[in-house]
Amino acid sequence: MSGQPGAPPGSLPGPPQGSPHSGPSATVGPRTTQLRLLPRGPKPAWSVVASFVLLGLVALAAIFGSVVFADATKQSILDSLLPPFTAGHLLGTDELGRDVFALLVAGTASAVVGPLVIALGSMTIGIVLGTLAGYHRGWLDMIISRFSDVLLALPVMLLAIVVAGIFDAGYWMTVALLVLLFSPSDIRIVRAGVLEQAPRPYVEAAQMLSLSRWRIMFVHVVPNVWPLIVTNVLLNTSFALVTLSSLSFLGLGVAPGTADWGRQIADGRGLMADNPAALIAPAVLIVLVSMAINVVGDWFGERLERKGIR
Amino acid sequence: MLTTTPTPARQASRALARMIAVRVVGVVFILLVISLLTFGLMYLAPGDLVKNLLGNRPTSPEAVAAIREQYRLDDPFFVQYFTWLGNALQGDFGTSVRMQQPVTTVIGARVGLTVALCLLSFLIAAIVAIPLGIASAARAGSTIDRVSSSVTLIGLSAPTFALALLLLYLFAFFLPIFPIYGGGSGPLDTLYHLVLPAIILAAGLGAILMRMTRAAMIRELGSDAVSFARARGIAERDVRWIALRAAAIPIVTGAGLVLTFLVGGTIIVETIFALPGLGSLLQDSVLFKDIPVVQALTLVVAAVIAVIAIVVDLSYLALDPRVRTREFAR
Repeated sequence: MSGQPGAPPGSLPGPPQGSPHSGPSATVGPRTTQLRLLPRGPKPAWSVVASFVLLGLVALAAIFGSVVFADATKQSILDSLLPPFTAGHLLGTDELGRDVFALLVAGTASAVVGPLVIALGSMTIGIVLGTLAGYHRGWLDMIISRFSDVLLALPVMLLAIVVAGIFDAGYWMTVALLVLLFSPSDIRIVRAGVLEQAPRPYVEAAQMLSLSRWRIMFVHVVPNVWPLIVTNVLLNTSFALVTLSSLSFLGLGVAPGTADWGRQIADGRGLMADNPAALIAPAVLIVLVSMAINVVGDWFGERLERKGIR
Repeated sequence: MLTTTPTPARQASRALARMIAVRVVGVVFILLVISLLTFGLMYLAPGDLVKNLLGNRPTSPEAVAAIREQYRLDDPFFVQYFTWLGNALQGDFGTSVRMQQPVTTVIGARVGLTVALCLLSFLIAAIVAIPLGIASAARAGSTIDRVSSSVTLIGLSAPTFALALLLLYLFAFFLPIFPIYGGGSGPLDTLYHLVLPAIILAAGLGAILMRMTRAAMIRELGSDAVSFARARGIAERDVRWIALRAAAIPIVTGAGLVLTFLVGGTIIVETIFALPGLGSLLQDSVLFKDIPVVQALTLVVAAVIAVIAIVVDLSYLALDPRVRTREFAR
């Protein structure tokens, strides 16, 4: 693991795990413990730092937003359509007199929690089925692969609009639907990673020790596909944010009157002349958050690649 | 080797036919599963089946009987399914609940605009993104590379609807260069109405294409073949052509993949710009629960995507002699 060309020479106070062997394939199962949450490397670019700051603020808003602005969805017709920078209303109000900034903060949870659940949930399915398909092969692989082929034959957006629309799905139903629709690509990715790991000597060694199939798959093989998994969860989070907010923009998945970014943008469409902030603020925010997740995802992927654990 | 069995050309065409046949069988299987699910939509949808299919029509016993007859509702499920599928294959998807017209007529009236929108955005994306990807790969790390990769980041991450509304505000409301909504009248006016929506779609498409082109070109420019070509003193322009030829497969694959993005994108963009195309038709039909139209559109999209996937696969044969030999040697 040492001697990576890109690793800075000064930042090595000794190998973290002190394992003397060279290369991951020399012993049974290089474990997850070799993987730090934030691997060392050169200083991140300003865009990465900015993305982390933004995502930190978003996380705070998602946790405390609905508590701080508990009455964000309260309507007061007397205060409707105030322009930005009015006293007490930083971004003005919409046509129902709701404060745009308060709505934005209160809607963070709805915009962010769903996508996280979608990315993690679909990856859980992806890890279980992808590993089974890639390691077990045979009929199981055949069934799992055909399942993902069928779902991948149609665009996620189309399926989501049709199913969520016809069945009047609520927020969590829509999230569950997207977990299912996101899983085929995760299954494929994990399967490909496992297929690549399966013939390696450490797997053979584990088989020789007659470890159980489940233990080999999920304790020894999966940790070696981990970088692939982490990067994909991040990329999927951004994709899920886009999909879920597009659905709520179209009026699917989120009830009218709820604080939600997609909903807010839909409501702000008619206010271009009166209070453009009601449209621009949530639209810009959603673009920035999605970009930030992608930046962090790319940075993560590059670092893991540089560490040589692929 | 020396036996005088079929000529190489004949052998090749037979191998080609076999390859196409295998792909087509796979695709037909997937389409059958999708059609079964699509048909099931009718049953799974909340509410009474006959009422859903009647929509706003009066529920007179004759109308109910007509519906029961048309969908063979008194027969077993699979008889109904095969009747429906048989009709669908002949282009009869039933009657739109919302518009009281044959589904085929409704779709036919709107397909042109969506095809024009998709082609226009695809053209814009390809013309901008592929040369940009090549230039970025040739000068990786330079200013042009860094600027274009930041721009593609926006295109990749920004949701189409947010981007559409921001650009709509900027270029139709704040600076009134483009029309705010509608499909226009007459071919030129329609084209003018399609420019802004097409640019918005092209942003997402182009970002994906540009990334794929850049990655493929960087890989090919680092290959032994390119080093050898340079060593022989071939001009850098020609070297780039050699690399581009080798990078063509991933680029074409990318171009095929972006189609799925285009489907979601047109639904959003047509809804926002009130364009009378298939995307807005789907959105309206879903909200109205006009199930025959939704079924037809889902199947058509699945079929189009499947056909394009096969075309992409076949294009590998034309693009890369290595694939050709491998496929035909089997």
